[in-house]
Amino acid sequence: MNFFLTIILDGLIQASWLFIVALGLTLVFGVLKILNIAHGSFYALGAYIAATAVTMVAARGLPPSVGFVAMLLSVALIAAAVGLLLERGLLKMFYGRDEVVLLLVTYAVFLILEDVTKLIWGVNPIYATQPYELFGNLEFAGLYYVGYDLVLIPISAVVGFAIWFGLNRTVIGKIVLAVIHNEEMSVSMGVRVNRVYAIAFAFGVLLAALAGALTAPKISMQPGLSSDVIILSFAIVVIGGLGSVEGAAVGAILVGLARAASVHLMPQAELFMIYLIMAAVLMFRPEGLFKRETARRI
Amino acid sequence: MRKGLHPLVMIVLVAAVMLFGRALPTWTLSLATIAASNALIALGIVVLARTGNVSFGQGLFFAAGGYGVALIANAWGLTDAVAQVIVGAACGGLLGLVIGPLIARYSGIFFGMLTLALSMVFYGALVKSTALGGSDGFNVGRPSLFGMSFTDPREADFMLYAVSVIVTGFAGIATTILFRSEFGLASLAVRENNLRVEYLGLSANRIISINFLIAAIFAGASGAFALMAQRHIDPQFAYWTTSGEFVFVAVLAGNQSVAAVFVASMALELVRSFSNLYLPNTWQLVLGVFLLGVILFLPRGIGSLWIRDRRMRRITATAPLAAERGAAP
Repeated sequence: MNFFLTIILDGLIQASWLFIVALGLTLVFGVLKILNIAHGSFYALGAYIAATAVTMVAARGLPPSVGFVAMLLSVALIAAAVGLLLERGLLKMFYGRDEVVLLLVTYAVFLILEDVTKLIWGVNPIYATQPYELFGNLEFAGLYYVGYDLVLIPISAVVGFAIWFGLNRTVIGKIVLAVIHNEEMSVSMGVRVNRVYAIAFAFGVLLAALAGALTAPKISMQPGLSSDVIILSFAIVVIGGLGSVEGAAVGAILVGLARAASVHLMPQAELFMIYLIMAAVLMFRPEGLFKRETARRI
Repeated sequence: MRKGLHPLVMIVLVAAVMLFGRALPTWTLSLATIAASNALIALGIVVLARTGNVSFGQGLFFAAGGYGVALIANAWGLTDAVAQVIVGAACGGLLGLVIGPLIARYSGIFFGMLTLALSMVFYGALVKSTALGGSDGFNVGRPSLFGMSFTDPREADFMLYAVSVIVTGFAGIATTILFRSEFGLASLAVRENNLRVEYLGLSANRIISINFLIAAIFAGASGAFALMAQRHIDPQFAYWTTSGEFVFVAVLAGNQSVAAVFVASMALELVRSFSNLYLPNTWQLVLGVFLLGVILFLPRGIGSLWIRDRRMRRITATAPLAAERGAAP
């Protein structure tokens, strides 16, 4: 019994940060119709920036709680700036081209960011473990967990709810939904689609970087981080249906549980399992679990 | 129909390129071997891309070919280069025969993601399989040709170069013939609108499956070349960034011309080795900027530099239409 509880809790902890990454990816796809390969690089960027912020705070002798807040704030600011810059400066030039071409543009951005992070932070592993002890250790049904890990679960729930609320219950969110639904119609209704694109992309980058910052104290930052994360988040959004918030949540939980289960039961099958789930979902529901099929032009 | 080069002229060209290898210095020779091998797999992607589907998982067939050859070479002592290429192509082809019909009904991004997923499943399985050396892979012996074994490294390099240029050259000639055939034109029609193709009484799924099979065979043979050149194999063959590089070559080339694939592949290898030499830590950055530049300034690939005929101008004239289709939900 305890064994299953361990798997479920581990899975939920995994799912919590994966959900935040996948949310960004699915939002960008919904609005801009771009499957962003560089999304994993934004995650890595967030993790590296957070590590730098934490180390700077610790060097000044401030408590880890300040480091935690500093890392979230610095990541939010830099990610929004990078997102706006990339969308306005680069992606804008390729709108209207094929989906696959845009995929390749983001692949190029991925390659570039991969080396930029190496140039700035080097190739040796970087750690930022100070905030990890922030919430102490907690006992849960006879199991001991690091508090920081468990805190990630409510944080991701709050982030998910905020995005859902923002999209469905605010005017700006309704406008974004209108653009997702029918871009041409929104333009004719006076929506500034370009601005929506920029905001949505910046938000996507922000979410990826936020997830990076939140996981930074748990992991060691080194090259190759981004390509592992993008592969996982692709699987999640494809399972849930590209462009669907609920889908990202369900996909993240499925992938998180699959990872945790295979780590505990069959460590050799980890990547294999996730992609098997994804392939199985695609076989039976090509559009993902949470996406309605749309009519197409003949 | 555009009057192209006669196939016989192309055969002479391939032979000339092969003999030209005699004059090349050794380092260019191995570079050209890798370029020819990458051109072969990229050619497969171009063939498939003419149906409108881009495979981000050609690494699957690349690795299948490589591992198939390596296992047979180590188990039965099969070292003949030509036989190894045939084995590689057969391994890739068999897998393609199974997978092709299954994924032919997907299109666009889903097609790309599913191919990527399948290659990553294979990668995940390879990394964990201790019998195949896990993530370290294993080594294989030096290839021979028709019973001759090459002890002089220069001779061995030239043999590999010759075989890869000839195989890739013939694949290119076959592809050119395919592009000009009824089937090749039907493939283009699938890209434009698969439903209309079905209304005409053709099976879009079958067209995609056959093109997929061709791409898989090319990828398997290319995996055999990569194995012979490195004499080592590891799961990195199936990793998604490996597949990404092949797509990169295909995009660089565009789908206008078969020769462009070879030029693009050679250009990529040159860029790679020069940035390895002068900018060792930033070659991915160079590659990314290069890719952006090509997409921005040569949207139809480097093939569009020398192919400008009436057909091309008509495609340019309908470009706004394509843009509208891209923007539609």
